[in-house]
Amino acid sequence: MRLPCPLCGERDLREFYYQGAAVSLTRPDPDAGADAWADYVHLRENLPGDLEEMWHHAQGCGAWLVVTRNTATHVVKGAKLAMDTKRADTKRADTKGART
Amino acid sequence: MRVRNKGRIDRSKPVSFTFDGNNYRGFEGDTLASALLANDVRLVSRSFKYHRPRGILTAGSEEPNALVTIGSGGHQDPNVRATVQEIYEGLEARSQNAWPSLEFDVMAVNDLASPFLGAGFYYKTFMWPRAFWEKIYEPIIRRAAGLGALSGQPNADTYERAFAHCDVLVIGGGPAGLMAALTAGQAGADVILADEDSLLGGRLNLETLEVDGQSGAAWAAGVAAQLNAMENVRVMTRTTITGAYDQGTYGALERVNHHTSVRNGKAPLETFWRIAAKHAILCAGALERPVAFQNNDRPGIMTAGAVRAYLNRWGVAPGKAITVFANNDDAHRTALDMIDAGVHVSAVIDSRAEAEALGAYTLIRGAHVTNTGGRKRLESITVRSASGAQNIATDCLAMSGGWNPTVHLTCHMNGRPTWREDIASFVPTEGAIPGLVTAGACQGDFSTAACLQAGAAAAAHILGCDMADVPVGDDCAYRMEPLWAVPGKGRAWLDFQNDVSVKDIKQAATENFRSVEHMKRYTTQGMATDQGKNSNVQALALLADATRRGIPETGTTTFRPPYSPVAMAALAAGAEGKGFMPERFTTSHVATKERKAPMIEAGLWYRPSYFPIKGETHWRQSCDREVGYVREAVGVCDVSTLGKIDIQGPDAGALLDFIYTNMFSTLKVGRTRYGLMLREDGHVMDDGTTARLSEDHYVMTTTTAAAGDVMRHLEFVTQCLRPDLDVRFASVTEQWAQFAVAGPKARDLLNGLLDAPIDGESWPFMACGPVSVGGIKARLFRISFSGEHAYEIAVPSRYGDALFRALVKRAEKLGGGPYGMEALNVLRIEKGFITHSEIHGRVTAFDIGMGRMVSAKKDCIGKTMSMREGLLDEDREQLMGFKPIGPVMQLTAGAHLYEEGAEPVAANDLGYFTSVAFSPTFGHYLALGFVRTGAARKGDRLKMVDAVRGIETVVEVCHPVFFDPEGERTRG
Repeated sequence: MRLPCPLCGERDLREFYYQGAAVSLTRPDPDAGADAWADYVHLRENLPGDLEEMWHHAQGCGAWLVVTRNTATHVVKGAKLAMDTKRADTKRADTKGART
Repeated sequence: MRVRNKGRIDRSKPVSFTFDGNNYRGFEGDTLASALLANDVRLVSRSFKYHRPRGILTAGSEEPNALVTIGSGGHQDPNVRATVQEIYEGLEARSQNAWPSLEFDVMAVNDLASPFLGAGFYYKTFMWPRAFWEKIYEPIIRRAAGLGALSGQPNADTYERAFAHCDVLVIGGGPAGLMAALTAGQAGADVILADEDSLLGGRLNLETLEVDGQSGAAWAAGVAAQLNAMENVRVMTRTTITGAYDQGTYGALERVNHHTSVRNGKAPLETFWRIAAKHAILCAGALERPVAFQNNDRPGIMTAGAVRAYLNRWGVAPGKAITVFANNDDAHRTALDMIDAGVHVSAVIDSRAEAEALGAYTLIRGAHVTNTGGRKRLESITVRSASGAQNIATDCLAMSGGWNPTVHLTCHMNGRPTWREDIASFVPTEGAIPGLVTAGACQGDFSTAACLQAGAAAAAHILGCDMADVPVGDDCAYRMEPLWAVPGKGRAWLDFQNDVSVKDIKQAATENFRSVEHMKRYTTQGMATDQGKNSNVQALALLADATRRGIPETGTTTFRPPYSPVAMAALAAGAEGKGFMPERFTTSHVATKERKAPMIEAGLWYRPSYFPIKGETHWRQSCDREVGYVREAVGVCDVSTLGKIDIQGPDAGALLDFIYTNMFSTLKVGRTRYGLMLREDGHVMDDGTTARLSEDHYVMTTTTAAAGDVMRHLEFVTQCLRPDLDVRFASVTEQWAQFAVAGPKARDLLNGLLDAPIDGESWPFMACGPVSVGGIKARLFRISFSGEHAYEIAVPSRYGDALFRALVKRAEKLGGGPYGMEALNVLRIEKGFITHSEIHGRVTAFDIGMGRMVSAKKDCIGKTMSMREGLLDEDREQLMGFKPIGPVMQLTAGAHLYEEGAEPVAANDLGYFTSVAFSPTFGHYLALGFVRTGAARKGDRLKMVDAVRGIETVVEVCHPVFFDPEGERTRG
């Protein structure tokens, strides 16, 4: 398998470390409650099909990526820097907060 | 028998080789199979189960029968197909699976017992008594049925792994592959053309067909020369594409040196390639299928295409009186080529009533071969037609049931092939492998003209370029009528390699193993080295018939990688020995080895266990002495293997506050603090000290084992959770050599070595900062992992060796010396310091008595989850110390704890020991471990039971810090 690192280009699977669904980007507030935290730390949907998942380019640039991969066919639809995704999410949340 | 003026062998270069100890001669360009046939050797092997005499069936990598062992000792290579092994001077080949000899094999008695040994006989016969299976039945069966064996010696051959990238990978160098490569090459694409043969051309080298008015072989040689001259084309012969994987990755086995006698030279025996291709064109050709009829396995019965191949490629007639049995026009070419070469053709038997002779030979149409005669070589065939039965004398029968496109690679990602009624075979399903297209015979286009056209068109389509000029080629129609098995009595063989007959398939269906996957496993059809390449389609056609279903409905078994066998040694190339586990050495390694210290592995690092001195006969003597250095004088230990992460930036403190349970932003510059790190699930991840060198600059240390994990964790936190933090960090583990200097005389040692002396006021406990050693800028940390007055001094790695030697020399003058891991472990257990033996992944800060280190003033990774009710339960197992008080004074790590009177069973389990050491300081064993309700048990007596070693003793629960609980020595 090969993954497209936005910084290094397409690289062999062996350079990457896998860490499951990209749920881990959306860390709950400390007081979000036991259910939210159990969901965040332990529960994953694990459905076949497209999944946004975390890959670390450990043997390369060290970037954490959000890779969209079809878990049934292994088709990789793209990869973004996790840092960019997180920043965009944060910005969106802030804007929303400002409106209410 | 050689035929004059035929073949692409070099008759000016004779080659001698041996088979089963007999000397034979062949020519350069021969395979072992062609050379054996030229020497009229027919009997080459014994079959897997019934030990029936078998000869060569095919001329390619699909060969099921002619498996031999090449070489001996560390070079022994079993199950080599004689059809792909090129001969070289001195080649030694041996037959397999026969005893005492190939000619007289006592296990051939199995063949007489065959009525009892059909499909499923293992399952039915060896069911009872159950205990007999492992000890009696299985070893006997394994000995009786089998393939070649390894020598049992370490593999003396070398293998390599390699990576390649290209725009277009062309798989197969026949007419379609050559045109595809030529088209892509002329368009300027980066092309790899791989073919398993030593020559490009595929069947063009095996037939008498013409291309562009010249022989197909000559045309192929011309194109090969053209391709070899192109800088953007890499031609890889003797290279089999073994598997298709995700995102255009292909596995390939290159047989670099099997065709020479050179061993242990610079070239490896084999190279396993991983090829990343933007596009791939599969031009794998087709494989001819045999026909099943009674005794169709005698040596001398071959596929029709193979008989032609031996004549045209290697100048060998595999018999003196050839017969042909076929259901298609293509096989008639065998008769034509033979007659052309002056070899007698006795008859062509065609199952089709409407078949027509294409040349001057006797054609018996609408007829079947129903039986054969001759045991170790074919002598005659029985032919039955409408006009009755007749025997025909023949020593070579060329059979053909038609051709199967080589679809295997297209099924490697779970794709299923599509049935095509007109050719009675499966063809690849479009899109089965993303980025791969198929062309030529593997797509069901069997004429040369169609292959040439399809190869060029496929490449042009992919690249959007013009096709290379397509030459004129033969365009015969492929006419055939399906014939899977000739009806009749006796055993008609389907899978030669596994001795599976038509009867076995029918029996499987009768016993309700109707799914093709069940049939395969019940009969073993399609297993072993050929993976059913010669029998799959026939077997499932017969299964379809037996279960009254259509062939598409019956389906195929799953073709999986590899396409043809790959030695584990090739896959593992570069990953044995140090390639599997590289070694990391500290800067003190040489000095340590000079002192003959036994080394212990810590991850990839090597660290000294202890430093033996004259007169010591046991490691404990050395260890106790080294503990004494630290407790009474001064010891020196290399601690460079601990992970060191340099963290800088305005938000460095904020990052550490978020990573560690305790506060680091409040740490004063020039001070060091112990930190505890949790995983997000609230359990302890790692611990270590972090020093603040300046306002924006910290240096974190991690444990040796978790250095990589912590680095990844920091990357995760800064990129995925807190990209708002303005902070940068880098691993500097390799850049700094760091040594612990520990003991009451530690400061004495340093003063005199440091360019400026230190004292208790300038360097109190937990101080850190820059110092100078011999003009070198160094860092000094007053931290202790032994409970003594201690420092760690760090210098750039290039000074590590010199500093270690200087430190040890000074320590020895002060009555101390170097100490190793054993002493380090004793010292830390005496002081109750934890390692990953204690923070093993299931413990919380609360469990190790550090619950108060989880700061209430801030959030941190793992904080919320660490507060879960169940993780703060007083009943949890908590870290305590233990000392022996019973008559047996030995404690062992891993032992479990019980109430003194309780039975040592799981239900009564109270805890376990994680670390144990004999303490020379106290004169007895000490242990750290976890016990239920922890501190509440202080002073209690418990029973320690080590069920593995059979040790039981009584222990007293103590505070985990045995030595200097007030910490006066550390601070002093």
